[in-house]
Order: sequence, then C-alpha cells, then structure tokens
Amino acid sequence: MARADAKLYNRSSQVALVREGNRTVLTMGSDFQGDPKEFAVVIPVPTPIEKEQIHIGDPKLLVRLDAYSSPRLVEYHDPDPCGHRDEVQKMSANGAMARQPASVKEKDKSLGVTIEASYTVGEYDILILSAKDSGGLAKWLQANGYRIPAGAAEVLDSYVRQNMRFFVAKVNLREKAKLGFSTLRPIQVAYESPKFMLPIRLGMVNANGPQELFVYTLTRKGRVEATNYRTIRLPSDMDVPLFVKDRFADFYRALFSRQVRREGGTSVFTEYAWDMAWCDPCAAEPLTPAELRGIGVFWLPEAGAAASGGSEVFLTRLHVRYDAAHFPEDLAFQETADRQNFQARYVMHHPYAGAISCDAADYRDSVRTRRENEAKNVIALTGWSPDEVRRSMGVTAAELDTRRWYERIWN
Amino acid sequence: MPALPTAPLSRKDPRLFQIASLSRKDPRLFQIASLAVLLLYGMTALSFDVSPLRVLLVVSTALAAQLACTRTFRLPVFDPWSALISALSLCLLLRTGSPAIATAAAVIAISSKFLLRWNGKHLFNPTNIALAAILAATSRAWVSPGQWGNAAFFAFFIACAGRFVVQRAARGDVTLAFLGTYLLLVFGRSAALHEPLTIPLHRLESGALLLFAFFMISDPKTTPDSRTGRILFGSFVAVGAAYVQFRLFRPNGAIWSLALVSLLVPLLDLLWPAPGSSRVVRFRLKGDFHAPLLRLRPHALSLRSGSLPARSRLLRLLRGQGGREAL
Repeated sequence: MARADAKLYNRSSQVALVREGNRTVLTMGSDFQGDPKEFAVVIPVPTPIEKEQIHIGDPKLLVRLDAYSSPRLVEYHDPDPCGHRDEVQKMSANGAMARQPASVKEKDKSLGVTIEASYTVGEYDILILSAKDSGGLAKWLQANGYRIPAGAAEVLDSYVRQNMRFFVAKVNLREKAKLGFSTLRPIQVAYESPKFMLPIRLGMVNANGPQELFVYTLTRKGRVEATNYRTIRLPSDMDVPLFVKDRFADFYRALFSRQVRREGGTSVFTEYAWDMAWCDPCAAEPLTPAELRGIGVFWLPEAGAAASGGSEVFLTRLHVRYDAAHFPEDLAFQETADRQNFQARYVMHHPYAGAISCDAADYRDSVRTRRENEAKNVIALTGWSPDEVRRSMGVTAAELDTRRWYERIWN
Repeated sequence: MPALPTAPLSRKDPRLFQIASLSRKDPRLFQIASLAVLLLYGMTALSFDVSPLRVLLVVSTALAAQLACTRTFRLPVFDPWSALISALSLCLLLRTGSPAIATAAAVIAISSKFLLRWNGKHLFNPTNIALAAILAATSRAWVSPGQWGNAAFFAFFIACAGRFVVQRAARGDVTLAFLGTYLLLVFGRSAALHEPLTIPLHRLESGALLLFAFFMISDPKTTPDSRTGRILFGSFVAVGAAYVQFRLFRPNGAIWSLALVSLLVPLLDLLWPAPGSSRVVRFRLKGDFHAPLLRLRPHALSLRSGSLPARSRLLRLLRGQGGREAL
C-alpha cells in the first residue's frame, strides 16, 4: 500500500519461506525505491509475534537465492566435426528477474485497536496489532496516517475475523541513519502455525495490473506446491538460437507471459526445484550453511558445528503472476515428497567456429536442422514473429523454410 | 468383453473361476470410462506426475491382488472391474516417487476389501483407505489437490452431474448430503469472515472434490444401508473434511475424514437398519445384493418376494459378487 500521493505499486515481490513441521521463517525482501519515509508494510501473520521472533536479514541472502535458482541459459560449443577435440562448455546464467514487496505509511493515534507489541528492530519500527472490531483496524491505520486503498478495509476485515495479527513495519529514519544502510533490508519473522500460506490479498488491493511474486521455499523433504492453485513446471531444456543470449531477459519474460496466458492466468509456476547441496549447471554457487541459517533454515547445525554442505535443504522457486480476478484466495502450500530436480534451463549451441578441414556434410546438415529447431522453439516459447526470429538469427528465409522439397514446388 | 483366463482349468479344479462380466448398465462401466479419460487428460494436458509405466504397475498390481484374494478366499468369480476402478483412482490421486509405495497402495486397496469387513460389507472405500494408510505411514507420498485447473473442473463437473441425472444412483444421497453440507460450511465460513464470494467459489472449483464426491464417498459397498444413515454419513464426512481444512489447516481433509467416518458405518447401520427388513433378513440381503447392482436395477428388489436364493446366486455369479458372505 502506498502513502498519500506517492505513486508506488508493489508490483513485484520476493519472499522466502523456510518451513518444517509448523515452524515457519518468513523473509520479505524489499526493493523499495522511494523515500524511506514513505515505506511501510502491513502483513497479516497467524500468531502474535515477540521481538525475538523478528530479525532483519542480510539483503544479499535473497539476491543469492535468486541468482542460484533463476532460469538459466546454457552455452555449448560444438567440437571440431573433423575430430580435433576442443570441447568447451560454458554457462552463463541470467534472469534475476525477481524484485520485491513494499509499502504503506505511518503516524500514530488510536481507535479500538490493540497494539500488542511495538519494537524497533534494525532500521524498522514494528507494531504487532490485533483488532476485535472488524472496521477498527482500517480506521486505526487511516487515523495513523496509513492511506488505506478502498478495498483494503474489507480484506483486513476478513483477516481480523480469522484472528490474525498484523505486522506493521515502517522505517525508523534515525536508526537507519545510524546503521548506515543505503537500501532497506529484508524483514524476517519466525513463527509457529499450522498455516502454510502466503497472504496475497492485501497486495492486490492497490495493485495496478498483475503483480509478480517469487516465492523461495526451503524445506527438508521435497518440492513445495500450491494446494489451491495449479502448480506446473515451465517448459525447460529446449534449444534456443544464439541471439537469445543478448536478449535473455526479454526471452524469458515473453516465455513466462505466454505460459501464464496458456494457463488462463491461474497457475503457479515452478522455476526451480533442487536439493540445495548442489546444482548442475550452477547459475550461482549453492548457498553456504551460514547463508542458509541466515535465511532461517533452523534445522541445520549451529555455525561452526559442521560445514557439511547445504544438504537436507530442498529449494523450490515458485513464480506467480497474480491479480484479484485470477487469484481470489491467498496462496496455500504443501510440502510434497517430490525430490526430482527441476530447473528452467535453455540451451544454446555454438556451431564449430574453427576452420573445417574435412567435408563434414553430416555436421553441416545437423547444424542446419538444429537451427531450424531452435527457431521453432523460440517462436513456440515466446510467440515472437517468425520474421523477427529469422532476422535476429541472421538467416535467410530459405534456410528457415522447413517445408519438404515437394511442398515447395507449387508454392 | 472380458478376457478369458489363460489356461483352461478343469471343471473339477477347485481353483476354477470365471471372470465377471460387465453389463452395459453397470455403473462401474461409466466409472471406469470416466476415470480412464480423466487420467489420460491429466497425464497429457494437465501434466500430472504419473508415467504410463506407473499406471501399468498400479493397475496390474491391483488386478493381481484381486486375483490372489479371489483364490485365497475361494470366490468363484474373479471380478476385475472394481479393482480397476480402485487402481485408476489411485493413479489419479496418489503421487510418489517410489514404485514400491505405489505397489503397496494398490495391495492395501484391494486386500482391505477382503480383510476389513463387517456384516458382509467391506468397511473402507479401497482407494480411500489405501491413500490414508500410505499418507499416514510414509512421508514419501502425497496428494496434489490443486492440479486440476478450471477447464478440467467444469468438464468433469458436467460429466459427474450427467451421470448423476442419468443413473439416479441410489447412493446419490451420500454425494448430495456431502456436497450440500460441505457447500454450507464453506460458504458459511466465508460469510462469517466477510470474505468475497469468489473465495468460497474458488475453493469449491476443485477437481479433487468432485472425484471424491462422485466416485469415492458414494461407493455403495461402504455406505450405510438406510437413507438416514447415508445422509448422516455424508454430512459427517463433510464436517470432518472442513475441520481438517479450516481448523487443522491440513490438506486432504476429505480423505482423512472419510477414513475416520467409515468406522461409524456399523453404528449407523445398527441405529438405522436397512428399510423394511428385520436384522436377520437384512444381513442376508446385504450379502446377496452385493452393491452396485441395486442402484442400477431397482427391479432387482422384486427378488425379495421371488425365488430369492436361486436367482440371487445366479446373479451373484454373473456379477462377480458371489461368495463374499462366506468370509
């Protein structure tokens, strides 16, 4: 939610959920760009929260999670078809498309709302509110300078009736200056509740169009999926043309939008599901045990006890594009026993660039066929026009023409 | 239609058995067809995590278990159809990376019909007890309730409703009682929480819920005999399902609830015996009219006044339902 006349849309957010049994550690990243004075968040939480349950995390942790798990483009270089082996495999990861949540506002007064606790943690002033009266909270927030968008009161109301608490955070400018951080650090909350869910309804109230949400779940047993929406894997492991390297962000955005449309805008997408101990290829090194503890993986041994790699942690990266029309309910999750590794991975093959000293007709044919396939794939994945793809690939129309010889005779 | 046993057995061979045929009016035919279509649709369009190999494994295990039980309990007729329904339902619902667990589920489903019996009926819906047992016993299996999507939901809904209307299934009262109560609870809760209507509607748009309501809970062999009993049964299951979902905040509420409420069926049958029958007769009838037939062919009721023992034995043989009262 945005304050007064600040035009802030929380269009993209990044959340990490560490979960085992009923224990949850929630990390909310912030990519808030405006004046810190304007920043505030209101998050419904299932239980009262004590000061020790709140922690301000290192912003690098979410960046690391993002880098490690983002959709990737892999490069392979063909060996010399005439037999001189100099196989090269290079990998370049791209993506890092995630960004964050944000926003509300501030002030103080009171109107039938209980301030259960108030803490200053790091650069944030945090209030834990509960409200018995349905409209009370919205009025309180308004009276305290939080501008509540039209629909928010109703949404807050239904959370109040579920006896949820509200975690309200804003920036303490003095503390912030003292600490000297230039950006806002992620807020982490540890709580115990059977509810394995993420409240998204508040975020949709003032949203201008659909929002992007990246959820990283770190669990012990296996992949996490939504229980009240379809969860599906993105198309992966497909050969794409070389030009995609320079336009990977565009490519991936187009691909994702197309998948969202294909699914009618109602699905949650798995971008990555992997045992945290390793990766292949690695878009970034797996998180160290220290980093994992930082993000809240509480079942890992204490720092210094062992550095036995990040095993026993399974990471799922979910990407949701949501709006009120397609996602009426908050996201509910369950941990599955599925430990199959999955990554959104796209593959480029560089044809052999050296001098070809033999005939290598088969190789030339195979490269040609491959290029045709790559073009088809990229068109199917992104919906880009064949002409555009052809131009970008620098190929002639004839080269892309996949019709057989007899299909071409009379056309 | 059914395949014959591979090696012809001598007429005197005690192992002699026949394969039950499936009449065109048998509701199980519709069940098998719709489950198979759903499974195919799920495996292709909805990318369910079920491989054809897994389907083969579960189906063949279930059939083998059925055959083994048929022989062990010396039933004269091998009835593959109910086992096939259980196997297809398991393929639709149970997810696991382990073939051993999938096999175990199929064995539990089928053997529960023969081992967990009370008063001539089996106590649990085979698929339901297999799911509950596997989910309780191992952390390596799960059910994905969210995997259906809207398009599938509506097509499935129409199919279920169509079947319901066409067949006027006698045990439709269970389905209606369950859906009615569940609807009431879901809408009631949302109303109490002042949630917009879209939320309860979205919760009800679940393929898993339909599968449960139309294929699992309505199983005539595991529901109470009297209408009152069945309506109470359906409502109890709905209350249990809502409790698990909205109080315990756990998935698969309906599955847990049905497994528990099934334990109440003997009590419900005791309190509300089958209409128009004394206890003794009722017991015999139950054995005789071993289930789906009744709802198919209401005229079978006329048997009561006719040459009951002779004809019913013949029917039992034909329908592959004979001999179980001997268990």
